[in-house]
Amino acid sequence: MSADPPPRFISPHAEGEFYWTSGADGVLRLQRCGDCRRYIHPPGPVCPYCHSRALSPEPVAGTGTIATFTINRKEWIPGFEPPYVFALVEIDEDPTIRLGTNIVGCEVDDVEIGMRVEVEFEANGEWHVPLFHPLPVERSEE
Amino acid sequence: MEEPLERRAVISGAAQSDIGRRLYRSGLDLTIEASLRAIEDAGLTVADIDGISTYPGMGGPFGGCTGAELHDALRFSLNWRDGGAETSGQLGAVHKAILAVGAGLAKHVLCFRTVNEGSGGAMRASGGGGGAMPPAFEYLIPYGVTSAANWIGCYARRHMHDYGTTREQLGAIAINARTNAASNPQAIYTDPMTMEDYLGIRMISDPFGLYDCDVPCDGSTVVIVSHRDYAPDAPNGAVHVNAMGTALRGRPSWDQFEDLTTMAMRDSAASMWERTDLTPADVDTAQLYDGFTWLSMAWIEALGFCKKGEGGPFVEGGARIAPDGDLPLNTNGGQLSSGRLHGFGFLHEGIMQLRGTANVPVADCEVAVVGAGGGPESGCLLLTKEIR
Ligand SMILES: [Zn+2]
Repeated sequence: MSADPPPRFISPHAEGEFYWTSGADGVLRLQRCGDCRRYIHPPGPVCPYCHSRALSPEPVAGTGTIATFTINRKEWIPGFEPPYVFALVEIDEDPTIRLGTNIVGCEVDDVEIGMRVEVEFEANGEWHVPLFHPLPVERSEE
Repeated sequence: MEEPLERRAVISGAAQSDIGRRLYRSGLDLTIEASLRAIEDAGLTVADIDGISTYPGMGGPFGGCTGAELHDALRFSLNWRDGGAETSGQLGAVHKAILAVGAGLAKHVLCFRTVNEGSGGAMRASGGGGGAMPPAFEYLIPYGVTSAANWIGCYARRHMHDYGTTREQLGAIAINARTNAASNPQAIYTDPMTMEDYLGIRMISDPFGLYDCDVPCDGSTVVIVSHRDYAPDAPNGAVHVNAMGTALRGRPSWDQFEDLTTMAMRDSAASMWERTDLTPADVDTAQLYDGFTWLSMAWIEALGFCKKGEGGPFVEGGARIAPDGDLPLNTNGGQLSSGRLHGFGFLHEGIMQLRGTANVPVADCEVAVVGAGGGPESGCLLLTKEIR
């Protein structure tokens, strides 16, 4: 996307505010349970699995795999110019955690299910919006 | 005298959260606290709870939280959920839970009402209460996806990837609807549509083009539900409810449902078939939600008219879903061509088919299935001409 970021209407609940500010130091963080150690998304007040309240944001690698996506070609929001890709990315630490995001750094027609991606952050007002770009294809040759 | 239905239900546990003038805690937080206490009081676990009933539901006054927020917060797996103000007051939530239990829809329904009036304003003013938009959309809207075309397009894409489903196969559903709409005097679009037309129209949210999307309209549909004792007196014939599908066993989310190749209709359909001896082979017509073409395909698979993933070949070419085919589909033109009556148009058409008064009548129609909804919103009915 261009240097002028689109309007994103970010309005987090208290437990999720960190998600939109974590990128200030270039690190993606997800809520994690201090007791059973599972990741939780979207963030909430109580662990859905063990009911612990010992929850806090913890850094993750910021890499994952595209589970699915759509290429949006219609303008829904003035200033949010199509075409753009909305994707669901499964993170490497726990593939049941699925992050909605835009895919940047490639043509929209080059996006594929199974593509490996890595987080980057878009400065947008007070927020640092997690976006993902393709990772270079790994080569198996010596 | 027949035993009153409500005698079948009991209240097995009760509890309150902490109560105070200003606790500076969210409605969800308080609801979780009271819920866990009450579940324990009843000698149950979260896994035992299969229903939630709340007043007033989404958009209600005085803070609180919605049933869906609690549903997801403790990862309930539900067979029934209800919330709304259009009922018999606050206790209506309990009345409905009793009915659901009496009818065998759920075993343990968690009923709640939460207020957060004291802290709500102060927390919002300090920025700590959060959330100007429903939590379900908090992680979607920032990425420019405000339309169900975007959210459902992701599922259709994954279905294509995993099973080889094609645009032409989705097009067969759109063309079938347009063909049937030609006989419906109330339809919006009746001009014939070719596959070339379908494939050539502009894309909205790839893989969906304009003709994969239903058409907004104005209209109202009304049905009257009565006790079956009244059936002999109904002047135009009564249609019997054989079974209903109510389950919501996965996460109530547009983007976090566990299986990206189906939606909540998976559970609606499964729970419906669990409540009847009829099978998909008994169905004479299917009226299945087509807010987007792929949703009808997902309903066909969920209901077991074909195996999972084989919905594309099932509809390909359109012969099988035509009015004279094995499974006549959306015989009034569906929402794709006859307008978005938000599920009730399918119910109306199912009833007309069983009465034999549809515009495009299906021969010897004895059993009709109606499925409405996409994403986390879903329910279905199996209707019969005679008691089965
Ligand atoms: Zn935990």
